[in-house]
Amino acid sequence: MQLIRSDINIDFIGKSKTALIISALMILISLGALATKGLNFGIDFTGGTLVEVKFDQAPTIADVRDSISPKGYGNAVIQEFGSPEEILIRVQNKNTEDSSTISNAILDGLGEKFGADAIEMRRVEFVGPQVGEELTRAGIMAVLVAMLAILVYVTFRFEFRFALGADAALLHDITIVMGLFALTGKEFSLPVIAALLTVIGYSLNDTIVVFDRIRENFAINKKRKKPEQEHVVVNGSINQTLARTLMTSLTTLLVVFALFFLGGEVIHDFAFALIAGIVVGTYSSIYVASPVMLSLAGRFKADEDEIKAMEARP
Amino acid sequence: MHSFPRWKIWMILSVLLVSMMASLPNVTSVPSWWPSSLSNPMSLGLDLKGGIHLVLDVDVDKAVSHSVEEDIDTARQALRKEKIRYRKLSAEGLSLNITIKNSSDLAAAQTILNETFTTYSISDAVDNTFTLTLKESVADETRQFAVDQAIEVIRGRIDALGTTEPVIIKQGSHRILVQIPGYEDSAHAKQLIGRTAQLEFKLVDEKGDLDKALTGILPPGDIIMYGPEETRKDGTTYRQPYLLKKRTELSGNEISDARVSIDSRYNEYAVTLKFNSKGSRKFDKLTSAHVGERFAIILEGEVNSAPVIRERIAGGSAQITGSFSPAEAHDLAIILRAGALPAPVKVVEERSIGPSLGQDSIDQGMNSIIVGCVMVLIFMAVYYRMFGVVANIALIFNMLLILAVMSIIGGTLTLPGIAGIVLTIGMAVDANVLIFERIREELLLGKTPLAAIDGGYNKAFSTIVDANITTLIAAIVLFQFGSGPVKGFAITLSVGILASMFTAITVTRAIVAISTERSGRIEKLSI
Repeated sequence: MQLIRSDINIDFIGKSKTALIISALMILISLGALATKGLNFGIDFTGGTLVEVKFDQAPTIADVRDSISPKGYGNAVIQEFGSPEEILIRVQNKNTEDSSTISNAILDGLGEKFGADAIEMRRVEFVGPQVGEELTRAGIMAVLVAMLAILVYVTFRFEFRFALGADAALLHDITIVMGLFALTGKEFSLPVIAALLTVIGYSLNDTIVVFDRIRENFAINKKRKKPEQEHVVVNGSINQTLARTLMTSLTTLLVVFALFFLGGEVIHDFAFALIAGIVVGTYSSIYVASPVMLSLAGRFKADEDEIKAMEARP
Repeated sequence: MHSFPRWKIWMILSVLLVSMMASLPNVTSVPSWWPSSLSNPMSLGLDLKGGIHLVLDVDVDKAVSHSVEEDIDTARQALRKEKIRYRKLSAEGLSLNITIKNSSDLAAAQTILNETFTTYSISDAVDNTFTLTLKESVADETRQFAVDQAIEVIRGRIDALGTTEPVIIKQGSHRILVQIPGYEDSAHAKQLIGRTAQLEFKLVDEKGDLDKALTGILPPGDIIMYGPEETRKDGTTYRQPYLLKKRTELSGNEISDARVSIDSRYNEYAVTLKFNSKGSRKFDKLTSAHVGERFAIILEGEVNSAPVIRERIAGGSAQITGSFSPAEAHDLAIILRAGALPAPVKVVEERSIGPSLGQDSIDQGMNSIIVGCVMVLIFMAVYYRMFGVVANIALIFNMLLILAVMSIIGGTLTLPGIAGIVLTIGMAVDANVLIFERIREELLLGKTPLAAIDGGYNKAFSTIVDANITTLIAAIVLFQFGSGPVKGFAITLSVGILASMFTAITVTRAIVAISTERSGRIEKLSI
């Protein structure tokens, strides 16, 4: 079976202007959403308490609020989580008391109103303010270090402009996925950072495969009597790898959708970030990485020795 | 291509055998002759089996300042022994301030302080005052010791809960990670762990004027402490004040045992303490010297009771009373037996999972793995036919290898870890997709089937390595900066990527090689 015809030749590079506009628009919307709505940071980063409770019978949100109001948490964020019987309660840290006891008070309040046997503690998470700061710092560091490490690796394996193209695609992907989180108001938590890093790895994986073919074809092209122009070679390379790019995205999307629909509420946003990242990452490896790399042609002219050294690499 | 090296086939078969052996403990119990390194199942993270996960912060600076405060006593004794009169002794953070009364004693004081306080750096006297500052290396030692001691104390308390395999380990320089699998009552656990259980015995200053002291005129060497909050008949609350000698005569360190008992007078639950030999001697001396006076039992900064010493008590025990419920008395006995925390601890992070959520996560995770896997298997078989089936064999081998490696390295499977495995399923076939697409291209160029296979594998190889290394970089960074469950994701993703490079390249190639060898000349590939 073959979905992509082997002699396919779409003019991707020719349409890179249109792609540029689309990408710029998506990035602008993302940045706008991030600036105005902002991310809905989870307690991993803001600090706070999260209590997930399963009730025997679906309660109303108002009843739940009534039960914890006497304990001083009437302003808590209360929402359904997966099913009507499961309720998620989120509370900010308080400065005045030992915040780790907030969950005790909430569970006590629920027990008093609904009866201790009618509720079941599913999950309690508490993140102190200091830990929240540390996790935020670690998260930002992780994304930066990953991007830097990749820049170094791609520079070493290819050329500096390839590395910049790859990193441009990564920035593009991360910005749009984060923008999507800001737009939808989905919770931005620690696992989502993990998903972002995976998207970085994945998007790069795609980009590298294309770059690899470009490198190979550049080498062949140089030996030709009448070398073709760079952008023709690049476009050909993208077409040659198109079947693989789409196939891998498809198999990966298959499993991530399984995770999204079957993996449970806890993993839901994580899977959402992956889906968004894989879609955007596939797009960017075709429409962002290579055009950026092409547009940087000649800016970082490698000398003869370097080209030779590069060709000698496997 | 025709002579696929035999050793490679043997290597693949050995890896297969070892993987199966290492995976078996996850499914069933293994016989005793099974190699011990292959006998351990993969452990489940707390988010899957349920339990309490706490990160505690030890207030190590309190431990240091506390030890400096205790040295006031040492200074007092040293100066008294040399008959040097002092005006003021005080502690502040890392330093002790000692003010000598007569300038003529300064030289002698300097000598004795130098002798006594080798762990401090001592300044020259300014206005008759010496400032002793605890050396930073000593302070550091005290901090480390406080954390180590806190771990021991907390271990003692948690062991008393009777759960299996609790984890209590140091995290960073002053944090402690506590995991209690299979335990649900997070409030109880936090209360049991968080109490300092500082127990002190101080004498009541019977001669001092409590009323005057309450107005602020405190006799030197005295301190006011309060009893627990009580409610009067009219509904207002009050706390009984006590005027006590500052000096701590006995502390919880000198206890050898604590048991729940029944207080015979009021028929209430109480906790009976037994002193160790040093404590007994001190208690003996204290009671014989102060018959008729009261001594106060202070628990966590609150006066529990102040009984009158009626006679000398040898081989002593003491009783702590209060309107305890049986559970409260039980907890108090546990924490007193385990000893006091050297410094206050605070819960800075908690991630506790109820047992039902853990089980749900396992079920949902397994469902995702199975459904994701089946979809990919079908897709590959339909799209690449025979070669797809070969890739599928490699994929199943890959799953087995992940399970085996996770078991051998003692990895912990978490919910994000399951997600990592699911993701690996999708990405593991990538290498095969690359190879197969390349083979198709080679065929189009008019190569013979065998040459196309060779070309496909050779040309795809460097691409596969490059593509996987970049994903591996992201996974390693994630492992470095991630915490807890996220680390689990990084581990399974890394293991999955490495395993997939082996299965997708070496294993599929071996299968293809063997099957083409057998059938001799091949006209057409099923790809």
